[in-house]
Amino acid sequence: MSGMTLTERIIARHSGRDAVRPDEIVTASVDLCMANDGTMRLNVDIFENKIGATRVFDPERIVLIMDHQVPADSPQTAEVHEISRRFAEKYGIRHFYESEGICHQVMIEKHVEPGMLVVGADSHTNSYGVVGSVSCGMGSTDISAVMALGKTWLRVPHSVRVELIGKLKPSVVTKDIILALIRQTTCSGLAYRAVEFTGPALADIPVPQRFTLCNMTTETGAKSSMIVPDDATYAYLRERRGVDITRDPLLVSDPDAVYEQTYTIDCSSLDPQVARPHSVDNVVPVGETAGVRIDQAFLGACTNARIEDLRQAADIIRGRKIASNVRFLVTPASRTVYLESMREGLIETFMSAGAIISHPGCSACWGACQGVLASGQTMISTGNRNFKGRAGSGESNIYLASPATVAASAVTGVITDPREFL
Amino acid sequence: MISGRTWAFGDNIDTDQIIPSQYLVLRSIDEMATHSLETQRKEFASQVRPGDVIVAKQNFGCGSSREQAPTVLRALGVGAIIATSFARIFFRNSINMGIPVIVLPQAGEINEGDQLDIDLASGTIENRTNGRRYSFAPLEGLPAEIMAAGGLIPYLKSIEASA
Repeated sequence: MSGMTLTERIIARHSGRDAVRPDEIVTASVDLCMANDGTMRLNVDIFENKIGATRVFDPERIVLIMDHQVPADSPQTAEVHEISRRFAEKYGIRHFYESEGICHQVMIEKHVEPGMLVVGADSHTNSYGVVGSVSCGMGSTDISAVMALGKTWLRVPHSVRVELIGKLKPSVVTKDIILALIRQTTCSGLAYRAVEFTGPALADIPVPQRFTLCNMTTETGAKSSMIVPDDATYAYLRERRGVDITRDPLLVSDPDAVYEQTYTIDCSSLDPQVARPHSVDNVVPVGETAGVRIDQAFLGACTNARIEDLRQAADIIRGRKIASNVRFLVTPASRTVYLESMREGLIETFMSAGAIISHPGCSACWGACQGVLASGQTMISTGNRNFKGRAGSGESNIYLASPATVAASAVTGVITDPREFL
Repeated sequence: MISGRTWAFGDNIDTDQIIPSQYLVLRSIDEMATHSLETQRKEFASQVRPGDVIVAKQNFGCGSSREQAPTVLRALGVGAIIATSFARIFFRNSINMGIPVIVLPQAGEINEGDQLDIDLASGTIENRTNGRRYSFAPLEGLPAEIMAAGGLIPYLKSIEASA
């Protein structure tokens, strides 16, 4: 019998099996269940009124994170935060965060560990493969059932491998790798798959940058992402949490594990990439879309608002001014990132250049809070989606790119290759 | 048996089209439903009739995990959704809501306004407008049991009752 991928091994461990195979349906116990204010009103209603639950399976394993509309921008959203806080208090859930940052960033900074199985009420929950966990997004009924029962059903996904070779050129980052992959796979090409990133280039990519790869597997239709934990993973977790996480030598993919397909990306061949409206797979090298006039530049979202992202953008912004036709919105991914960027002077750099800084949260990425677009307006964003109307008017346009490309474009007022600022 | 006329859509109809983010804060599903698919078809929410069938191409329901997407379609009375393929969270949410979701490679052949008869148990579709017939693979295993119970919550209650 062939070996297992790490994704299969983790699912097997959580289903009381020695082994699982793709397409099997298993009932799996869940280590952590996350929900946010985007859907908590619905979640609470289903949990209490439809399921009729009176307790959660384990209050320590549920994490509630307000991030979609923080601070509240309407009486309705304030009510959602209130409903969420009351839910946390009622069921003894200690891990309730009202202003700590974007849910996926907070989960990685504080909660997720290698080998865990995590579900969350958000489609980018599959980001947590970045630290070697199996994680996937679900809707509110599934999440409410997990909150009550601590388990869920899963169809074991087929794994595909993305092998990264070669060294990235200056000003080219993981956002450019994942956009190039999505161009190849299309936005549905890896539907239901577990996407495992491997290859020699990974060793040179810091964990926070790997996050961007895992985060945007959602945009290929994937169910989950995976990077087998290495020294860098454990070092990152120790640095963030101040404690060592015991290393489990079995958290590997077997040499004879089966992958349905392997994509190889030569990082050294990549230029900065841009996804054009209105589909994430509408990707071209930045040169092919350079010169498009923008009204807003957004540096934020779970995809690209960690300290390394802010540093890359600040390196371009420093000593310059934002173009007069552009609003430049900067939203750090978490309170931790915000504090770090203040201490490093990045916030001063952005503010002096004319940026708007907003509190950590989903911000302009999802078009229902701050930085929304009017009809006819165009934004270049470090986020992960450019669907029609995603950030405001149905007649607006979104381009997706790396922090460096967004920063360069903010300075010039048109989509710009960041290498012009090297 | 589900009988209804079709509304035809293309590839990659995402959840921001089915229910745009800015309406998720509305207090009721019925209020949200009035905005369903408005960026694609302004008249959809006001003209869709109970039993109508959505027909789409690839990757229907891609994007966010918001369960409000299948829920607003159910609130509007959509009888079934047929697509060449579905995004996984939407597909799962629909089963949890008890909404028939049918994967049909030939979905692109079905035109706007066609009258369909769908038999979920036997996995057959008859297009009464042009006489074409299709068969599809019915759900199997646990998802089929959840669907048969009418959704995840009735399923959980039935398990509890029989335990």
